[in-house]
Amino acid sequence: MNSEHEVPAGSPDPDVWELRLYVAGQTPKSMQALQNLQKICEEHLAGRYRIEVIDLHKHPKLAKQDEIVAIPTLVRKLPDPIRRVIGDLSNIEKALIGLQLVPASTP
Amino acid sequence: MIGSTASERQSIPKAPTGIHGLDDITGGGLPRGRPTLVCGSAGCGKTLMAMEFLVRGATEFGEPGVFFAFEETPDDLTANVRSLGFDLEDLAARDRLVVEHIHIDRSEIEEAGEFDLEGLFIRLGLAIDMVGAKRVVLDTLETLFGGFDNEAILRSELRRLFRWLKDRGVTAVITAERGDGTLTRQGLEEYVSDCVIQLDHRMLDQVSTRRLRIVKYRGTHHGTNEYPFLIDSDGFSVLPLSSLKLDHVASTERVSTGIERLDAMLAGGVYRGTSVLLSGTAGTGKSSIAAHMAAACCARGERCLYYSFEESPQQVLRNMRSIGLDLAPWFANGMLHFVSTRPTFHGLEMHLATMFKHIREFDPHLVVIDPISNFIVVGTPGETHAMLLRLVDFLKSRQITAVFLSLISGGKALLEATEQNISSLIDTWILLRDVELGGERNRGLHVLKSRGTPHSNQVREFLLTSHGVELRDVYIGPEGVLTGSMRLAQEAKEREAAEARRQAIARKRREIDRKRQTLDAQIAALRAEAESQELELELLLSAEEAVDRRLTDDRLGMALSRRADAHTEQEETA
Repeated sequence: MNSEHEVPAGSPDPDVWELRLYVAGQTPKSMQALQNLQKICEEHLAGRYRIEVIDLHKHPKLAKQDEIVAIPTLVRKLPDPIRRVIGDLSNIEKALIGLQLVPASTP
Repeated sequence: MIGSTASERQSIPKAPTGIHGLDDITGGGLPRGRPTLVCGSAGCGKTLMAMEFLVRGATEFGEPGVFFAFEETPDDLTANVRSLGFDLEDLAARDRLVVEHIHIDRSEIEEAGEFDLEGLFIRLGLAIDMVGAKRVVLDTLETLFGGFDNEAILRSELRRLFRWLKDRGVTAVITAERGDGTLTRQGLEEYVSDCVIQLDHRMLDQVSTRRLRIVKYRGTHHGTNEYPFLIDSDGFSVLPLSSLKLDHVASTERVSTGIERLDAMLAGGVYRGTSVLLSGTAGTGKSSIAAHMAAACCARGERCLYYSFEESPQQVLRNMRSIGLDLAPWFANGMLHFVSTRPTFHGLEMHLATMFKHIREFDPHLVVIDPISNFIVVGTPGETHAMLLRLVDFLKSRQITAVFLSLISGGKALLEATEQNISSLIDTWILLRDVELGGERNRGLHVLKSRGTPHSNQVREFLLTSHGVELRDVYIGPEGVLTGSMRLAQEAKEREAAEARRQAIARKRREIDRKRQTLDAQIAALRAEAESQELELELLLSAEEAVDRRLTDDRLGMALSRRADAHTEQEETA
C-alpha cells in the first residue's frame, strides 16, 4: 500500500483526518488528484491529516469492498461521516465542499 | 452486407438464452461476444429477462455469468428470483455466478474535476475473472446518469465500456428504461448497435399483456413482430405467434377414435399428430366422443391430457360412466391427466403458457381441450385465434393429436362456422348437430372435412347408449333424414313389410304345393281309370275267349251229336 503519513500512525486522534485516495495506475489524472489533495491538506489541515493512496490495479478487490466506481475517488474516512469526492480535484472549491472543509452554503 | 435469406447460411455466432421462445425468434440467441440492449418501461421484466439469461447460461450452457446490479442489492435480487426457481446463492457458491451491487449515492458524492469509471471496469474485470464469466448483465446502467453530473464523461466512458466488453469477448445484456419517444432515456441505443430488444407491458380491456420486440439485430434475420411473453413460476417465456416455418412431421399412422363406426367413416381413424375439431350445439355429445378418444388413447398405452374447463375431473368420470365408459382406471394409473380450471381464471397468454408447461411436463400423445369456446370470453376473437394457432402449432410440432371441442350457440347460419374461425387450423372437423324431427331431438354426426382422408360424406345418427357411443345409419326419406323414434318406426315398418313379403311367398308356396298335390291326385285318378279300363278290356277279352271256346265246344258237341264225320274231327280236337 502506497501510503504517506504526515502524522505519526497509530494515534487515534479525533482531530486527525484520515483520507484515502483511490487511483488506477499512474495516470495523469491520479497524479493530478494527489497533487491537488496534498495542496488542499497543507492549506486547510496542516499537520492533522493522513493520506493513503490505493492503486486499484494492484488491489482490485478493494474496489468492491470500498464501493469505488469512479477514479480517482477521495474518501474521507475520518472524521465521520464518510464523504466521497471524485475527480482530479482540480475544482478546489468543490473539493473543499465535498470534504466539508468549507460550508456548502458559502458563495 | 449482402442480404442473406437462406437460413442455412452461416450467421453470426450466437449465445443461446435458454429462454423459451426467445431463441426461436432470434434464430439461436443473442449475439455472442457483443452487447445487447434490453429496454422497456418500469416493471416490464427487464431485470428478470437478464437474470434468466445468466442463470440459464450458467446452468444449461456452462457459461458462468456476472450480474452487476445498479439498483437492487444481491439480497433483494436473490429473494426476487427465488420464486422462479433460481437459486442465486447456490450458483454463487459453485462459482457459476457473481452478483454484485454497484452502490452509487448521489448525496455522498461530490464531483471535483475530471474522472473516469475505471473503478467499475476493475470491478467488472475482477468479477469476470473470478468465475471465468462468458456473460455479463448490467442492470440498469442508466442509474449512472443519476449518480454523476458530468454527462460528457459518462458518455465517453460508456462508449469505452461497450468496447471493453466486446474486447473481453463477453456476451452482455444491458438494460435501460424506456424514454419519452426514444428507446432509452439516455439514448444508450447509440452505443449498443448489435441487438436491441424492447419489452412492453400494456393494458387492453383490463387484461395486461406483455410483449417483446426485436428492434434490431445486426447480422442476422429475426422475427420482427411483437411477441407476447409471460413471466410465470418458470421464468420468462416468449410465445412466437406461430413457428417460423411449417415443417411438422406428417405421420401416416392412424389412431383410432375408439368408436368403430367413426373410424370407418374416417378410413381408419385420424392421423397421428393432427388436430380434430368436434363442434356442435349444447348437448350434442361432444364430450362423450372426446372421452372415447381419450379412453382409446389410454388403452393404446399412450398418455392423454384432458383440459376440462367446465367440469371437474370427478364429474367427467361420473358422466362418462353413465354411458358405460369407465375412465377411472386410466385416471388412477396416471395415463389420463385432467386439468380443470375456469378459463376466466387466467388471461389467454397465461393459459397458453401453462398449457405449454403441462404438455412439456406430461408429454402426452393426445390432448383434449373441452371446450375452446370459453377462451373467447377471456380474449378478443383475434387474440383467441392467435392463441389457438400457436397451440395447434405447438402440438403439431410435438406430434400430439389434439382434440378441440367447440360449443356453437344456436342458429343455423353459424353451424358450420366456428366462433374462433379456426377451421383452417383443423385437419379433421366432425360436426355434431341436433336433428329435430317428429317432436324429438336426436343427434346427427358428420365429417365436414378430414385432410388426406377419403372420409364418409354421410350423416350418421349417433346414440349415447349404456355401453358407449354408437353410430347408426339414418334413413333418408322424402322429408329428410329420419332419426330417433321415427327411425325406429321406419325400421319397424320395414321389418313389417319384409315379414309380409315373407308370408306372401310362403302362402304362394303352399298354394302351389296344394295345386301340385291336386294335379298329382288327378293324375293318379286318371291313371287308375285307365288301369280299370284296361282291366275291363282284359276281362272282356277273356270273356270273349271263353265265349269263343264255348261256341267251339258247342259246335263240337252239336257235331258229335249229329255224328256226321265227327269221328275224325273228335280225334283231332281231343
